[in-house]
Amino acid sequence: MTVNGVQYTREVEPRTLLVYFLREHLGLTGTHVGCDTSSCGACTVLLDGKAVKSCTVLAVQAEGAHITTVEGLAKDGELHPVQQAFWDEHGLQCGFCTPGMMLAAVDLLQRNPNPTDEEIRHALEGNLCRCTGYQHIVNAVKAAARLMGAAVGAPAGGA
Amino acid sequence: MAVTQVFGARVRRREDPRLIRGTATYTDDLALPGLCYAAFVRSPHAHARIKRVDASRARSAPGVLGVFTAQDLEGKVNAIPCGWQVPNCDLKTPPHPALAKDKVRYVGDAVAVVVAETRAQAHDAASLVEVEYEVLPAVVDMEEALRSPTLVHEDVPNNRVLLWSVKGGDFDAALRDPGVRVVRQRLVNQRLIPNAMETRAATAQYNPGSGELTLWVTSQNPHIARVILSGVLGFPEHKLRVVAPEVGGGFGSKIPVYPEEAVVAHLATRLGRPVKWSESRRENYLATIHGRDHVTEAELAVRSDGAVLGVRVRTLANFGAYLSTAAPAIPTILYGLVLSGPYRIPNIDCEVTGVFTNTTPTDAYRGAGRPEATYVLERMMDLAARELGMDPAEIRRKNLIPRDQFPYTVATGITYDSGDYARALDRALELVEYSKFRAEQAAARQQGRYLGIGLSTYVEICGAGPSKVVGSTGFAGGLWESAVVRFSPTGKVTVLTGTSPHGQGEETTFAQIVSQELGVPLDDVEVLHGDTDSILMGWGTYGSRTTPVGGTAVYLAAQKVKEKAQRIAAHQLEVSAEDLVFENGRFHVRGAPERGMTIQEVALQAYLAWNLPEGMEPGLEGQANWDPSNFVFPFGTHACVVEVDPETGQVKILRYVAVDDCGRVINPLIVDGQVHGGIVQGVAQALWEFAQYDQAGNLLTGSMAEYAVPKAAWLPWFECDRTETPTPVNPLGVKGVGETGTIAATPCVVNAVMDALSPFGIRHVDMPLLPERVWRAIQQAKGGAV
Repeated sequence: MTVNGVQYTREVEPRTLLVYFLREHLGLTGTHVGCDTSSCGACTVLLDGKAVKSCTVLAVQAEGAHITTVEGLAKDGELHPVQQAFWDEHGLQCGFCTPGMMLAAVDLLQRNPNPTDEEIRHALEGNLCRCTGYQHIVNAVKAAARLMGAAVGAPAGGA
Repeated sequence: MAVTQVFGARVRRREDPRLIRGTATYTDDLALPGLCYAAFVRSPHAHARIKRVDASRARSAPGVLGVFTAQDLEGKVNAIPCGWQVPNCDLKTPPHPALAKDKVRYVGDAVAVVVAETRAQAHDAASLVEVEYEVLPAVVDMEEALRSPTLVHEDVPNNRVLLWSVKGGDFDAALRDPGVRVVRQRLVNQRLIPNAMETRAATAQYNPGSGELTLWVTSQNPHIARVILSGVLGFPEHKLRVVAPEVGGGFGSKIPVYPEEAVVAHLATRLGRPVKWSESRRENYLATIHGRDHVTEAELAVRSDGAVLGVRVRTLANFGAYLSTAAPAIPTILYGLVLSGPYRIPNIDCEVTGVFTNTTPTDAYRGAGRPEATYVLERMMDLAARELGMDPAEIRRKNLIPRDQFPYTVATGITYDSGDYARALDRALELVEYSKFRAEQAAARQQGRYLGIGLSTYVEICGAGPSKVVGSTGFAGGLWESAVVRFSPTGKVTVLTGTSPHGQGEETTFAQIVSQELGVPLDDVEVLHGDTDSILMGWGTYGSRTTPVGGTAVYLAAQKVKEKAQRIAAHQLEVSAEDLVFENGRFHVRGAPERGMTIQEVALQAYLAWNLPEGMEPGLEGQANWDPSNFVFPFGTHACVVEVDPETGQVKILRYVAVDDCGRVINPLIVDGQVHGGIVQGVAQALWEFAQYDQAGNLLTGSMAEYAVPKAAWLPWFECDRTETPTPVNPLGVKGVGETGTIAATPCVVNAVMDALSPFGIRHVDMPLLPERVWRAIQQAKGGAV
C-alpha cells in the first residue's frame, strides 16, 4: 500500500489491523488507538481519500490503497490548513484525539467546503475529544474552511 | 519593567506543532530495541477466591517469555500503598497487592501477567491462563455493603473504610432558631468513568550496566510515582527514573500509582528486556479509577427571608475494592471542607462514611470532591428557594460572602483568599438576560413548552497547597513546587518545572511568565517537565495547582536570574545595580539608555566568566521552590437555559453562560479551553454519563459503546466571560481554572431542568437526567402509569 506517498510492501498476519500496521510496522505513531469499539475515532486516517477508522480495517484490506495519516498532512514542511487552523484556534489540548479529528475534518471539508456549525458537529460525531468541549474544534474547522477557500480563491467561511 | 505584554496575551500554544504533526511521543509510541509486551489476566468475577492458576498452556504458547502470578512477585513487588491517609477517621488500609493473591475483589482485578515477543502473542497467551475461582457473593451497593456479612477485606468490619466528620458552629442550635425551615433531600452523585482519550500505558527498560531502571508512564506526577515505586519495588530511588512523556489527558485518573506500572518495571529488571504494556479501553473501564459515587442525605436550615443558617450532610462514599493513591482525601477534606461554597453559612455538620465494595477503586476525577460538595449545596439552595417562593438568584445573592470580607474564614475552618462573588453573579444574570428569560418562560408555559433556567454560584479550593497543611491532612508528601530557569550561553532559556502538564498548556503559559519577566522572546524559551532525572522534585499536575503553584515557582526562579543578571550588568557597565533600569529585556543605566546590555548578552558573559563581580559563581540560572501560604479560591456563576420535551423527556440546552474568576489570566485562549472542557464534563454528568454495575458486580457500561462520552453534536455553544480578582496568595495573582467548569456545570444544568419541570411539581430527579428518567418523573407527577 501507499502511505503518505511512499509505497510499502510488508508481510503481515491476516488479523493485523491497519492501525497497528501503521504504528508498529511502519512506525507512524501519529495515528492513535483510543478504544476497542470503533467509538472514538482517534485512529481515523484517509483511505483512498475517505476518512476511515483504521482500527476497523484489516491491513490486508488496505492492500493497494492510498493511505494518508497525520504525518502526511503537511507538505514540504508547510502545515495543512486544517493543522494550521487547529493550532491557531486552540483546537487541541492533550492532542491525543487530534490526528483523527483533523483527518475527519479534512474529509468533511473535501465534501463540504463551507460547512455550518451544525454540519461540523454532526460530521465529527465519530470522533471523541475529552479535553476541549469541541467549541475550539468547531472554530478550527471553520477557520480551516476559510483558509482553504482563500487558497482556491472561492468565498468560504462557516455560518 | 518589561514593556512587551506577553502576560495576558492570547498566545498560540507552543506544544501544538508536535501534536498536530503527529510527531509527539506518547508512552505507547516508544520503540526500543528488544521490546516485548505484557498483557494482564483479569478477573471476570467481582469477588472470588483464587483456587488455582495454571499457566502451563500459556507458558508454551508461541513467543511467550514468561507468565507471572502473585507467588512469583512475592518479596519483589510489594503492595501498592495509599498516599493520603487522612487522620482521625478510623481509616482502614488493607493491602493492595500488585497481583491478586488469594482473592479477587472486583471485575478487572489483575491475577497474572504474560510477557511475549509481540502484543498479539501476549494477548493470545493471556487467554490461555486458566484460573479456577470459587465465586463469592459480591457487595456492590453501599448501603447494603455496610450491613452485609460479605466483606471485601476480611479485616475491615462492615466494609467501612472510614468515618470522617467536620463540624463548624452548631447545626442543632440552628434548628431551634424561631422561624427556621429545614429543606431535606437525598442526592445521588453517580459514579463516573474518567475516559482520558489516551488509556494508561507503561514501558520499562533496565540497564544492567548502570543499574538504572527507566519507566515511561502515563502519569500526572512522575516524581510521586518514583517515590512510591522505589518503595514498592525496593529499588533505590536514585537509580529509578520515571518519565511522563506526552500524556493524553488524565482528569485525575493518572494521579494514582497503579499495580501494572510496578509489575512492568519489575519485569524489565527480571527479564533483562524492555517491557511495554498498553491498556485496552475495556481494561481502562475496569482497571483505571472511577470517580464520584456518593449518596447524600442533605438538610439545609433556612430562615423565611432566605438566610441560610446551616447545612448538615450525611454522605456515603464508594471507595471500590481498594484504596487508591489519593482516595481517602477526595470525599473528606476535598468535599466536607468546601460545603460552605460561596456563602456565609454559620453552622455546618458533615459526616462521611467510606465504603468498600466489589467495584473498581475510585479516586480523583476532575474536581475531586468539590463537584460533589457544590452539587449538594447548589441543589439545596434551589430547593430552599422553591420552598420559600424566592427567586434562585435572590437567595444566592442574599447569602454570598460580601467582597469586603476577605480573607473570609468559613465554618469548616478554611480561609478564602479573595473574591467578588456578587459581581460574577450579576454578570452572569446580565449575560443570560435573566429577567427577560423569566418573561419568556412564563409565555412558553402558556404554550405548553417547558423552559428552565439554572444557576450555580460556586467557589473552588485549589492550588494545593501549603505543605504543612496537606501534611496535617495525611498527605504523604509536600505540595510545594520546584522550578529552574536557566540561560544558555547564547541567551536561550530552559525552564524546568516539577508540575507535569498533559494538555493544560503550561509549556506556553510558563514561557509567557518567563518572557514577561526576562524580556526575552517567547520562542527563546523552552519549558521541560515530566522527567525525574532532569527535574529536582515536583508534585505534579492536578487539583488546578499547576499555574498557581508551579507558575509561581517559575516566576520566582526568573526573579533570581534577573537579580544575578543585574549584578553582572552593573559590574560590567561599572555602575551600581540600583542605577540600572530593566526594560524590554535590557539593562541600561538610568538616564543614559545608550549604556546598557541585554539580558541575553549578560548570559554569555555569565558563562564566559571573564569579568564577573568578585566572588560570584559563573553561569546564569535560578532555582526556586515555592510553598504557598494558602490555597487559592476561584469562583464564579454559571447559568444555563434548557428546554424539556414533556413527551419524550429529552433535555436540550439552549444557552450556557459561564462567568469565571481565576484571578489574573496569563493566556485567555487557554483559559477558555480549560473552561469549555470542564463544562462539558460537568454537563455530561448532569445529562448522560453514569457507570452502572449489576448486582453481581459486572460493569454494564464497560466500553465507549455503552458509556456516554459526549459528542460534538450534543453540546451547545458556551458563552464565556470573566471577572478578574487577583489572589494575594501568590505574586502572580493567579488561581487555577482546570476544574471550575466541571464544578459549576453539573448543578447548573440539573437546576435548569428542575426549573423547567417545576410546573409538574417535580422537586428533584437524580442524575443523569436521561430522557427516560425525566419522562418517568413527569408521568409520575401527572399520576399516570409508568
